[in-house]
Amino acid sequence: METLLTVILILLKIVVLLVPLLVGVAYLTFAERKIIGYMQVRLGPNRVGPKGWLQPIADAVKLMFKEIIIPSRANRFLFVLAPMLSFGPAIAAWAVIPFGDGMMISHLDAGLLYLLALTSLGVYGVIIAGWASNSKYAFLGAMRSAAQIVAYEIAMGFALVGVLMAAGSLNLNQIVQAQQGSLLHWFWLPLLPLFVVYFISGVAETNRAPFDVAEGESEIVAGFHVEYSGMAFAVFFLAEYANMILVAALAATLFLGGWLSPFEGIPVLGELFAWVPGALWLVLKIAFMLLFFLWFRATFPRYRYDQIMRLGWKVFIPVTLVWLLVVGLGVLAHVGPWFD
Amino acid sequence: MNTLNALRYYFKSFMLWELLLGMRLTGRYLFSKKITVQFPEERTPQSPRFRGLHALRRYPNGEERCIACKLCEAVCPALAITIESEPRADGTRRTTRYDIDLFKCIFCGFCEEACPVDSIVETRVFDYHFEKRGEQIMTKEKLLAHGDRCEAQIAADRAADAAYR
Repeated sequence: METLLTVILILLKIVVLLVPLLVGVAYLTFAERKIIGYMQVRLGPNRVGPKGWLQPIADAVKLMFKEIIIPSRANRFLFVLAPMLSFGPAIAAWAVIPFGDGMMISHLDAGLLYLLALTSLGVYGVIIAGWASNSKYAFLGAMRSAAQIVAYEIAMGFALVGVLMAAGSLNLNQIVQAQQGSLLHWFWLPLLPLFVVYFISGVAETNRAPFDVAEGESEIVAGFHVEYSGMAFAVFFLAEYANMILVAALAATLFLGGWLSPFEGIPVLGELFAWVPGALWLVLKIAFMLLFFLWFRATFPRYRYDQIMRLGWKVFIPVTLVWLLVVGLGVLAHVGPWFD
Repeated sequence: MNTLNALRYYFKSFMLWELLLGMRLTGRYLFSKKITVQFPEERTPQSPRFRGLHALRRYPNGEERCIACKLCEAVCPALAITIESEPRADGTRRTTRYDIDLFKCIFCGFCEEACPVDSIVETRVFDYHFEKRGEQIMTKEKLLAHGDRCEAQIAADRAADAAYR
């Protein structure tokens, strides 16, 4: 009886988290089309429903009714497995994101480690999709994506090590608590280079522009998901956007104070905004980081492949290593409001 | 001096300076006025010389203008026009068939320029569609009906352009 209740409670928590997340994914596609449209002096979708607000629902319905074509020479099992494999980790990682003090599904002490493990798992979906499709374009896309994600995983891992050193904990709840104080206590300030490296690596990890060579529609059609259609394609699409939201959420949690109010510690404003729930601040911070994903896509042309590799191996890894040293010295010397 | 420039270059690219400039530009466009024309409700202005869907015209007394001279059929570079003709009871020559295949037509307007009696014209209508095979053939009836529908606009456009012809 006791265990049954716990299971039901956990399932309930998962539903409460997943439903808004999936709606968020759907509306992120809408936001992307709108914002990129606006940056290109167009209006973006505005026909379905008032001001186009039902567009994502129309898209979802369209994809659901399309046929899923499995190429005759493809490996059926892996072909069907791949989309799930890329979507699963993107969703599972949310178990350790705190939406308020202690408001997380799983109080994992090694939360950061769990996140690193799960975000690396996503690449298997891409590689298996490319392999199982039995198509050269898909295979090329998968190879590109594998090399790129491995390269940026390292820089991303080092950036997270910096957070771990600064907070002295792997538990995301404690990492946010370590940033308590004010806007200037958040880790973005002492770890600014790591923050930038983390976010750019995150863009590369999620195969978003300007690092979207895995899709590279202009040279390899659509990369790893050329052979996918209907709902199988939609799951890849969902995974990409869920991963974007996850990277934004991690940036918000690890560097921008998670659920903490940005007005904390400011005399009048702090009390004025004290009633705002922490989850709302987190959502606002996630939205802010997501804006940058869209902004990048509207601004930058795609990187050449060797440039991506050079940036990952020869720039980001040295930069993170140097800054890790600086953070280490700062922690040893108990510098300023962050490391005491 | 050269080393200084190189240093400045490395510093600038390390600080992502050019990328930030690019983002400032797109960021500014995010708030600029949008120039999209909302098509079915709003339309861009058209010239009186606009070459859209074809029409056959009539004289004010209701007689069709076309005298089956077949100049349009001869000049058509896409061979889109097919004409058959017979003398009518009053002795005049008229078309019994006047087909324009809209899939072949390239909307060059030569038929309109070749016509000695201003019968075949191209109107401003450009948003039309077909639902069945064969509907892309504009028959004589369809062309005349379209001409009757648009006669006021056609006449006004010819009048506006007359000075330049």
